[in-house]
Amino acid sequence: MPNTRIYLDNAATTKISDSVLDAMLPWLKDGYGNPSSIYTLGREAAVALNKARSQVAKALGCDDNEVYFTSCGSESDNWALISTAKMMGAKGKKHIISTVFEHHAILHTLQALEKEGYEVTYLPVYENGIVRVEDVEKAIRDDTALVTIMYANNEIGTIQPIPEIGEICSRKGVIFHTDAVQAVGNVHINVKEQKIDMLSLSGHKIHAQKGVGVLYVNKKYRLAPFINGGAQERGRRAGTENIPAIVGLGVAMTEAVAGIDAKNEKLRKFQDRIINSVMKIDRVHLNGDREKRLAGNLNFSFEGVEGESLLLQLDLQGIAASSGSACTSGSLDPSHVLLAIGLPHEVAHGSLRISMSEYTTEEEIDRLLEVLPVIIERLRGMSPLWEHIIKGETFKIK
Amino acid sequence: MIYSEKVMEHFANPRNIGELEDANGVGEVGNAKCGDIMKMYLKINNGIIEDVKFKTFGCGAAIATSSIATEMIKGKPLDEALKLTNKAVIEALDGLPPAKIHCSVLAEQAVKSAVADYYKRQGIDPTPFVGKIEEHCDTCCEV
Ligand SMILES: Cc1ncc(COP(=O)(O)O)c(C=O)c1O
Repeated sequence: MPNTRIYLDNAATTKISDSVLDAMLPWLKDGYGNPSSIYTLGREAAVALNKARSQVAKALGCDDNEVYFTSCGSESDNWALISTAKMMGAKGKKHIISTVFEHHAILHTLQALEKEGYEVTYLPVYENGIVRVEDVEKAIRDDTALVTIMYANNEIGTIQPIPEIGEICSRKGVIFHTDAVQAVGNVHINVKEQKIDMLSLSGHKIHAQKGVGVLYVNKKYRLAPFINGGAQERGRRAGTENIPAIVGLGVAMTEAVAGIDAKNEKLRKFQDRIINSVMKIDRVHLNGDREKRLAGNLNFSFEGVEGESLLLQLDLQGIAASSGSACTSGSLDPSHVLLAIGLPHEVAHGSLRISMSEYTTEEEIDRLLEVLPVIIERLRGMSPLWEHIIKGETFKIK
Repeated sequence: MIYSEKVMEHFANPRNIGELEDANGVGEVGNAKCGDIMKMYLKINNGIIEDVKFKTFGCGAAIATSSIATEMIKGKPLDEALKLTNKAVIEALDGLPPAKIHCSVLAEQAVKSAVADYYKRQGIDPTPFVGKIEEHCDTCCEV
């Protein structure tokens, strides 16, 4: 396996923590029983499943029977949106409110619903990458079925005013879902206090395994199943449970939530240091609000530089990070998130996302800050676009 | 999306990078909106490309294709350089991911555009030699 030495792409995925792995191993080896079976081996698995469910419920501030295990964050998002739309559509409510910069698990699901006759209002997120509460309030109509707004953005890390939106939705009697995949373990979440009716999360962003997620659903609502079959998950989500992954997720949730303050204290210092240092580079932009952002997230745009070559240069130095450039988005357009906050294409192509975790060290940040300016200078030195920019010949940033 | 070792090698150590002070043919293709611009500098003497340098704003493939294209035309007569195809560039790099094929087209266009500039400076209409050049890939963003 490649020996990537400095991992700064924790918004993409995280490493499995030792305690999660230790908790999982027995269930990968001897504890292979099916939790639906009545003999001891099965019952033990059922006990482990219930324990994990309680751990998740405690971390979110909900009841055990409001937690549904799924196969990933994307499934949770799909299920929440599609089943809610169906349930409310049957009552004549076919309007959904969201934002322009949701994850594709939400956006593409909304687009599919639009094809089926639902109407979606995509709220703007302005230059700072934060939706305005008053915009949400204004957008709510008599036929609004659902508001779905992410807790924290996966690219620019901006934290949305979720408790305030929850308050409005609750007052207006509209169901409120949030994709909290990036927020869990970074922001204090309590679904009851924050009036969240549904919440999606994913294991692999919080040091559990890939391929396991949760959808929390307030027990007021009886969502139709998304996967039909057996009676698992109280008859709402069929499929023999992935016990090792779920057990790991239970442990990861407990640790993630208990560690929020310590992690944020440490990462804020790193974040400040990186911002202070990187902003000294000529013509660089910090994308997303300076304050209301995840402590582990940084997103910069370097004018005259293309993101993919920046990532490859960093990789040559053993540093793993991410970019919203077209080349890395797998299409010819740069990331919809960067365009949503008003960056011109030219600037969006030169973006770099750095995402840290509790395992990130001071030495790793030292190394990043040592190599980054050199790489930027090198790439600009060979960039005809940079030449145009310094001669003032090209686009102006808005 | 995986790059060949050859692509990575050219990306990490681009050949003929920089500007040519005494270039007598300079071409620039691509555009910033799409995320790649290539600029090629040629020093042509007696119909031979004596020296070549390039600058590229773009992804790993854009840098690698322009780097290898300069290698492939250096020291060559103009008519041979004009026969450089994007296919030849791809082959020389041991392949490119499908999403990156347009970079090889851009490299081919960069060479043609620089040669066309040379002809223009000589007061010669480049069209019969060079053909039509897509200097701006405006359409490439609209997929
Ligand atoms: C905000 C957000 N939502 C949803 C997902 C999808 O999660 P998963 O990879 O578990 O399907 C991700 C992860 O990429 C994410 O960042």
